[in-house]
Amino acid sequence: MIPELGHFALTIALALAIAQVVIAFTGARTGNPALLATVRPAAIGQFVFVAGAFAALAWCFVTSDFSVMNVAQHSNSKLPAHYRFAATWGSHEGSILLWILMLASWTFAVATLSRALPERFVARVLGVMGLVSVGFLLFILITSNPFERLLPAAAEGQDLNPLLQDPGMVIHPPMLYMGYVGFSVAFAFSIAALIEGRLDAAWARWSRPWTLAAWCFLTVGICLGSAWAYYTLGWGGWWFWDPVENASFMPWLVGTALLHSLAVTEKRGTFRSWTVLLAIVAFSLSLVGTFLVRSGVLTSVHAFATDPRRGIFILLFLVVVVGGSLTLFAWRAPRVGLGSGFGAVSRESMLLANNVLLAVAMSAVLLGTLYPLFLDALGLGKISVGPPYFDAVFVPLMAPAVFLMAVGPVASWKRAALPDLWVRLRWAMGVSIAAALVLPFALGKSSLMIAVGLWLAFWVVAATVALVWQRLRASPQQTLMGKIGAQSRSWYGMAVAHLGIGLFILGVTMVKGYETERDLRMSPGDRVTLGGYEFAFKGTKDVPGPNYAAVQGTFEVRRDGKLERTLFPEKRTYNVSGQTMTWAAIDTGITRDIYVSLGEPVGDGAWGVRVYHKPFVDWIWVGCFVMALGGLLALSDRRYRLRRQVAEIDAAAAGARA
Amino acid sequence: MKPRTKRAAAIAAGLAALGVAVALVLNAFNSNLVFFFTPSQVASHEAPSGRTFRIGGLVEAGSVVHDKDALTVHFRVTDTAQTIPVVYTGILPDLFREGKGVVAQGRLESDGTFRATEVLAKHDENYMPPEAAEALRKAGHPIDKAAFAGQKGKS
Repeated sequence: MIPELGHFALTIALALAIAQVVIAFTGARTGNPALLATVRPAAIGQFVFVAGAFAALAWCFVTSDFSVMNVAQHSNSKLPAHYRFAATWGSHEGSILLWILMLASWTFAVATLSRALPERFVARVLGVMGLVSVGFLLFILITSNPFERLLPAAAEGQDLNPLLQDPGMVIHPPMLYMGYVGFSVAFAFSIAALIEGRLDAAWARWSRPWTLAAWCFLTVGICLGSAWAYYTLGWGGWWFWDPVENASFMPWLVGTALLHSLAVTEKRGTFRSWTVLLAIVAFSLSLVGTFLVRSGVLTSVHAFATDPRRGIFILLFLVVVVGGSLTLFAWRAPRVGLGSGFGAVSRESMLLANNVLLAVAMSAVLLGTLYPLFLDALGLGKISVGPPYFDAVFVPLMAPAVFLMAVGPVASWKRAALPDLWVRLRWAMGVSIAAALVLPFALGKSSLMIAVGLWLAFWVVAATVALVWQRLRASPQQTLMGKIGAQSRSWYGMAVAHLGIGLFILGVTMVKGYETERDLRMSPGDRVTLGGYEFAFKGTKDVPGPNYAAVQGTFEVRRDGKLERTLFPEKRTYNVSGQTMTWAAIDTGITRDIYVSLGEPVGDGAWGVRVYHKPFVDWIWVGCFVMALGGLLALSDRRYRLRRQVAEIDAAAAGARA
Repeated sequence: MKPRTKRAAAIAAGLAALGVAVALVLNAFNSNLVFFFTPSQVASHEAPSGRTFRIGGLVEAGSVVHDKDALTVHFRVTDTAQTIPVVYTGILPDLFREGKGVVAQGRLESDGTFRATEVLAKHDENYMPPEAAEALRKAGHPIDKAAFAGQKGKS
């Protein structure tokens, strides 16, 4: 009964979404107040029914209803309850439903939080979001029904992929999808603005908090995915340039460019066409990501589908959305007009340079991700593009962007003087160069990569500290607290997010430059020394788990002869699927991680063992969280909460002009 | 400078920078492409010597031999028509099994042994690496469901 109700709720949601689209666009064109007043209820109703369908599916999973095919294939009654819940989005059908739920949630948020915006504009925004929703609801109902029955019911489920049985997997997909789908709001705002022909500062100010929120979710989502790969895949990597990772990273790159471009559009009225284009591209890349992951063109843990209808459906949808919005852009953009000009050295020029670098970096990632697929699709042979390509391209493109990132906030709008910039930043430059020259010698190993990485990390941090210090000193208040209180939260948010980048670069540089790794054969009693730590292998024993059996190794880790930690890496074999998994033992620290994983038994009680010493690796994720924190801080800025008044002032100003 | 020449200069500088970036990208792209060959292609000397490439197929049953005192492992990769000996030093992925699909990246040595630098780990035992499936298909061998523990059609 519950599955049928869920399916029925999806059908009603589709009907409401269609109604939402039709009412919204008719209402916006005619200005009929009755129609305009119906758009929000339709959007909210759509959300309620999508949420109901999702709850129904979650219920089937939590209660282990194996008469539902999806549940029988991706869950098991022996699975702990929170993983049964997380299994709701562990399958293709479930994750598409999650996608739709996220879209409906954002639609709901726009419908309830945008009461201060002009009615017709909101109607168009909700209309565009409704169109996207219609596409995905059709997709799930036609090709991927999550409630399909299995008759007769299975006695037991086939289990969730062991790799997905992890706390990180409970929150990673919802976070990532919130971010992905969140760009649909910026997209809808841009399309609505293009239709109305009003790409002004007010539009940019309305789009900013939504873009910022989506960006924060995406940042956290990618970060959790990376941390998950680090500790569950068992082999110590934190980023593989895997197509699935790239699929989430490309919208992030463009979303970052969009955030900065929106700032310029709001403050200076320039970059308008570029901002609209970025909003379209960011959401298109979210759709490309969905296509890559969901169509089965990449076969990995994320691609559950090998049904070609699904791929073709998403591809067609992609063509309609991207083609349609770009056509609209080409038609409308010439009317947008240019904003005020700016000098070759100014905050605008640096933001523009960074935007271009981010866009080029995204294109390079896109090339490396899609080219092998194109060749394969055309039957021209199979190739692969590995991490060396992405490293070789990404680092040189991002280095100048990171350099400029620290200069931009110090430079003034319109025209900045180089001598003035030098005076304000020479201290930061001195500190960062000193750090880049001295630290590698202190750490006993140096290379160009390490020196440049350390220089950029310290440069970003020092320049941001200098920025904050100078701004506070120049602030007219008498007391320090008064000075601190006088700055806007969005400005602090920017400073914090930039510091996050600095921490991230420091982590990446330290781990890439100084990590040590050994693969070796160890018999009980063997010792190995790595990064100043001595690892002693004490042997293995069998340990039962809740739904797996494990062989657990014991490693004593000593530093200067003193026992620091005992680590217990495991090799797990899952009961239902028979799949084996390497469960690494990690000792996390502020300045280093120690990481031990068991390979396979290689005879005579000996095991293949991999041991890592990874300096500062956790700073990578801390840096990402600090970035997201900066985004949240900016989001809490008063001027977004005072939107009602601002909108009224704008409306009054528009009335006065007319 | 007139505003117009200034703008032209700015655009030229921008295009030059973009050109450098594109050249950089394409150069890195070209030198990092890794091509894929089946064991039959390797056997008929179609694969390049001295360049990294990938092979794929099945791990031949009974071919896996571990060295006694190191982590070196020897095995053979087959597409059912031809067989290539592979040597690898390091830890094999969890899903490496005799009779199952595998993809290895490395170089061909002068004695015809494939020295793998990487044996690809995949996440799901039901998953057949597409390269391995391709190799079997090319060798005229229909994909044997049992050999791949039930390659899922629709899941």
